Amino acid sequence: MTQPAPAGIVRPKGLRHRLMRILLFAVLGTFCLYYLLPLFIMMATSLKSLDEIRTGTLVSLPRQITFDAWLKAWGSACVGVRCDGLKPYMWNSVLMVVPAVAISTALGAVNGYALTKWRFPGANTIFALMLFGAFIPFQVVLLPMARTLGVLGLAGSVTGLILVHTVYGLAFTTLFFRNFFMGVSDGIVQAAKIDGAGFFGIFSQIVLPMALPAIVVTVIWQFTQIWNDFLFGVAFTVGDSNPVTVALNNVVNTSTGVKEYNVDMAAAIIAGLPTLLVYVLAGKYFVRGLAAGAVKG
Amino acid sequence: MASIRLDKVWKKFGTTEVIKGIDMSIREGEFIVLVGPSGCGKSTLLNLIAGLETLSGGEIFIGSDLVNDIPPKDRDIAMVFQSYALYPTKSVRDNMNFGMVTRHVPQSEQTVALAEVAGLLHIETLLDRKPGQLSGGQRQRVAMGRALVRKPAVFLFDEPLSNLDAKLRIEMRTEIKRLHQRLGKTIVYVTHDQIEAMTLASRIAVMDNGHIRQFGSPEDIYERPVDLFVAGFVGSPSMNLFKGRVVEQSGLRLQVDDPAGAVHFPIPRNLHDAARPYLGRELILGLRPEAMVREGAHRPGSETFSFDRTIDVVEPTGPDTLLVFTLGGIEAIGRVDPQDKISVGTKFRFDVDMGRAKMFDPVTGLHLASVH
Repeated sequence: MTQPAPAGIVRPKGLRHRLMRILLFAVLGTFCLYYLLPLFIMMATSLKSLDEIRTGTLVSLPRQITFDAWLKAWGSACVGVRCDGLKPYMWNSVLMVVPAVAISTALGAVNGYALTKWRFPGANTIFALMLFGAFIPFQVVLLPMARTLGVLGLAGSVTGLILVHTVYGLAFTTLFFRNFFMGVSDGIVQAAKIDGAGFFGIFSQIVLPMALPAIVVTVIWQFTQIWNDFLFGVAFTVGDSNPVTVALNNVVNTSTGVKEYNVDMAAAIIAGLPTLLVYVLAGKYFVRGLAAGAVKG
Repeated sequence: MASIRLDKVWKKFGTTEVIKGIDMSIREGEFIVLVGPSGCGKSTLLNLIAGLETLSGGEIFIGSDLVNDIPPKDRDIAMVFQSYALYPTKSVRDNMNFGMVTRHVPQSEQTVALAEVAGLLHIETLLDRKPGQLSGGQRQRVAMGRALVRKPAVFLFDEPLSNLDAKLRIEMRTEIKRLHQRLGKTIVYVTHDQIEAMTLASRIAVMDNGHIRQFGSPEDIYERPVDLFVAGFVGSPSMNLFKGRVVEQSGLRLQVDDPAGAVHFPIPRNLHDAARPYLGRELILGLRPEAMVREGAHRPGSETFSFDRTIDVVEPTGPDTLLVFTLGGIEAIGRVDPQDKISVGTKFRFDVDMGRAKMFDPVTGLHLASVH
């Protein structure tokens, strides 16, 4: 894709317009600060020692940078009675998020493909019902889901959490892929049918390679949702199988000893880093994917 | 190569009937064009032959096989789509190979078939490109190449040229005709462009509203339209259809009333018998634009008739000039030589060869001669 050359903007000249532009940029700058300040304070605080936090002000830069808080948050902060830091819980989250994202994305892709390219009677009804699932609040499914997990013998396990996230994510992943495939010409699928490919042959060889932007959007969306989820994590896992969000809460809300703000801040940043990383790595596809279908080309 | 036979073919989408009992017999090696306005069912009929839609009733035979329940891949057909429908993530080579790969054609045969077709269509240099890197005309060639490599018995074309610009469309039209002459395969070709239909077809099926109105050679369709629909659809500019009343006035004539004075067209002799029962009633006279020329432009025939009209609009097309005038409440068009200098608002005297005139029943729409 080539970027078009900037076309330039025709705008009126004069003192009044210049002042308005300065005002405009001042407002925009203020908003930027407003959004960046929390991140700055978190970063700065996490790099200070506890003494410095007690004596200095909230917005001051650290006088002496120390990574002790980061090391502690990662490796030795106490989560409940266990003092191994966030490390084991990060691993729990990874174990949960990777299969949950992979399975829900794969199933969403097949659903979207079947709903748009192999239209069957009632396809729209089924899609409407699936879409309804996207609007069910988490709280509503907590009890039935707990019962289901109990019956399946998956209560309190990472596997159980994977199942919950996969099922809950299907509505969204199906929606993403269905909308993407709506924009794919039916002719391509018909041509592949005549060329002799079957349902899964067309899916894997023709349709899925075209769906890269939709895959990226879905993966980022699902990764962010599942990684950041707290409610399902706290409801369906216990102690050692907690995801990192629950562990973070336990670190921050610990009621014993001194409040270690630097460790809390470092832990919060650590817990949020993976989603940031995924967005940075795949972000350009994300924006492209969201606009997919809007413009032909 | 194969013949195709449709036997009382019906297609309904829900309660909407799209194809209403079509019978059609296509001989081996024929080039059949299905033509009609949008929504007439021509693409649906093609999809039924391809097996991309299921039949609601009737039978379809390809060769001697009943194919009602045979999926598209086993019908020994290939199809070229209006949107080209190339696989965007595959190279041209893989696009063309895909059908052979799914059918497990040996690698060596694939290579030979690909090289042959690529040479035929002059796309050897494009084989490693992706469809996105091709121009419209090149995509069209690749789409045809993909159909050709498999050497199917029947080719189906669904408006393959309608996305091309005018010049390219004419080039590709010639190329398709040349391919058909060379390969001699059975082709069913859908278009809404009646010039494409006329130039390509061995036989044309004019479709309207789920029916075939007329199925015949291009000449038949043009010179002997069976009804008002076919007469009005085929030809560009289309046939002028004047409504008038049959009167007896030194022979049988059709009186077309007009504020600028009625015109009494003599009814062609070969239609006298058919027209006589209509005496005092209405008939519709069909005159093609090229049947109306400047007075004296041709040697007067036995049925030449002259009349004048004031010209409203002059449209030079290059080879001909179209003169627009009003008669009997319709905008009529005459096609004259560009040398016939004429300015808007002046009177122009037309010669009409009534021997080429068509007469239609205004109620049934049928051509008069075919009533009997």
